[in-house]
Amino acid sequence: MMRTPAGHKVYAMAAEYPSAAALYEAAKRVRDAGFRRWDVFSPFPIHGMDDAMGLGKSWLSGWVLFGGVSGLLTAALVEFGPSWGLYRLDVHGKPWNFWTVPAFFPIMFELTVLFGAFASFFAWQGMNGLPRWYHPLFNWERFSRVTNDGFFLAIEARDPRFTENGVRELLEQTGGQHITIVHED
Amino acid sequence: MDGAPAAPETIEEAEQQIARAPLVLNRRNLSWLTERISGVVEQPAPRWWWVAFTITASAATFGLFCLGYQISTGVGTWGNNIPVGWAWDITNFVFWIGIGHAGTLISAILFLLRQKWRTSINRSAEAMTLFAVICAAIFPGVHVGRVWMAWYLAPIPTNWAIWPNFRSALMWDVFAVSTYFTVSVLFWYTGLVPDLATLRDRATTKIRKFLFGIFALGWRGANRHWRHYEMAYLLLAGLSTPLVLSVHSVVSFDFATSILPTWHSTIFPPYFVAGAIFGGFAMVLTLLLPCRAMFKLHDVITPQHIDKMAKIILLTGSFVGYAYMMEFFIAWYSGNSYERFAFWNRIFGPYWWYWWVGMLFCNVLSPQLFWFRWCRYNVYVVYFVCMCVNAGMWFERFIIIVGGLHRDFIPSSWGLFIPTWVDIWTYIGTLGIFTSLFLLFVRFLPMIAMSEVKTAVPEADVHLVTTPGGKERTR
Repeated sequence: MMRTPAGHKVYAMAAEYPSAAALYEAAKRVRDAGFRRWDVFSPFPIHGMDDAMGLGKSWLSGWVLFGGVSGLLTAALVEFGPSWGLYRLDVHGKPWNFWTVPAFFPIMFELTVLFGAFASFFAWQGMNGLPRWYHPLFNWERFSRVTNDGFFLAIEARDPRFTENGVRELLEQTGGQHITIVHED
Repeated sequence: MDGAPAAPETIEEAEQQIARAPLVLNRRNLSWLTERISGVVEQPAPRWWWVAFTITASAATFGLFCLGYQISTGVGTWGNNIPVGWAWDITNFVFWIGIGHAGTLISAILFLLRQKWRTSINRSAEAMTLFAVICAAIFPGVHVGRVWMAWYLAPIPTNWAIWPNFRSALMWDVFAVSTYFTVSVLFWYTGLVPDLATLRDRATTKIRKFLFGIFALGWRGANRHWRHYEMAYLLLAGLSTPLVLSVHSVVSFDFATSILPTWHSTIFPPYFVAGAIFGGFAMVLTLLLPCRAMFKLHDVITPQHIDKMAKIILLTGSFVGYAYMMEFFIAWYSGNSYERFAFWNRIFGPYWWYWWVGMLFCNVLSPQLFWFRWCRYNVYVVYFVCMCVNAGMWFERFIIIVGGLHRDFIPSSWGLFIPTWVDIWTYIGTLGIFTSLFLLFVRFLPMIAMSEVKTAVPEADVHLVTTPGGKERTR
């Protein structure tokens, strides 16, 4: 475990970049250097950054599919279950056998969408480890500009390739400014 | 070849000819966007805001009083009576739920179509959707009379053996509207999180830092987060798109599945959806144009944005005009005497002027001004047309509902609808609730999606390079 001279645990070494384009170029270099535990931070999603970081497609879609299918099945259950024996409603003389199916479609559709949306909403938080109201990067004063116009890159100390001098050199070479050690506590 | 543009001589000239107008004017940079948009929330409320809020909140309060009076006394406080069993209540319901549709169109459908200009207007349009759906939900809730029995609508297995009839169009409506509201809230809040983080990082007081901090969920703009976030946003847009089309289709089923002349019509779902988007865009502009002027957001909500919204109003208004025409044609072509009478009665019956002023002038004719570029770029003309459309769409729903009911099949059952003061003030009350909520929204939350509008400026492009002459171009 790396520690600062003052005895703080080191979380990462971080740098600020002047623009989205500079951050994009730096990310490609860090990716090619073989780092695994690192991330870039920006006020808006940067188009093409996933490739520059070597990240693939987000499989959040799997959760949404799961949510949608469960919604569809839930609706089918509450509609068909009672109608086919548990509690047959005879209203307006409308049929309650199989041929009544189209009348059930609107609610099957609505619940598919509802459950899919809930899955999407909770999956993006769950997969991102949010909500998490504390994070070591918030210890760095400059970092508050990340939601305004700041572009940052941080390589975590627990990355196997992390060495203080090596990472500092890489960040300098890629044009990083205000290079700093971010401590955990 | 007279009048055709001359062939470009140089590459620069060619680039100029195909260049798109910028979505953020005056080369405003990222921090300007943050400052200006957050500033609306952070600076003290201007005096006009307090004046406006006092008026709207008073109307809202009196509207709530009317609702309380109606619930405690009974539906008889309204003018509804046989044959007109549905009147202003359902008119207002359809009116408000329709307004919501423009917000979802902007946030979801335009997102899927990669229309970047939506980023300046989507947040406030989505907020408008939520507030409109809240106003809409009041009416079907209270028009049932015994509001405390509303839980019968939920599929709760009880030993009372109360089970909803899932084959009823009214039941579909319950599910469609509640799903629509829930999904709209999730979508809106998801979009808000990065902007709440901006407000958290700029907060100067402890209470602001705490509250924005809680709701920002600890967002820190990490790309590994953006990756899942963008996928979630895309899928929410993909889910909302068929949802919004389904909601007004289901609302139209309330009418179309009945056997009443002018209601029993297969054209209703697309006709209602087009009308909803039409009326909703008019309301978006009604709210945005004053906000743009008051908060000096002219560089973000540009004439180009207004122009595009005006074009959508023209397009959907023409759909609506076509649907009106088709209804008359089918009434004649069907040979059904009740249907023919109902439409004849629509233009020459007791509610004739509702049709001539509301439907014909406000909905069909006034948007035709938008064929002219000058009209689309003149905010006063745009505002005039939007006000016409707001009124016209309310009249349209009144004509469909009361117009369909007041002339029953047998002349001995004919009647008219006269609104009572409770009818009128409940409606004005919902206008108050709607505008009050919107005024609170612009004061407490960023009314423009900062993290999204930032993707529409040139700096967001990672391939942007500055040539030695200081000019910027993309590789």
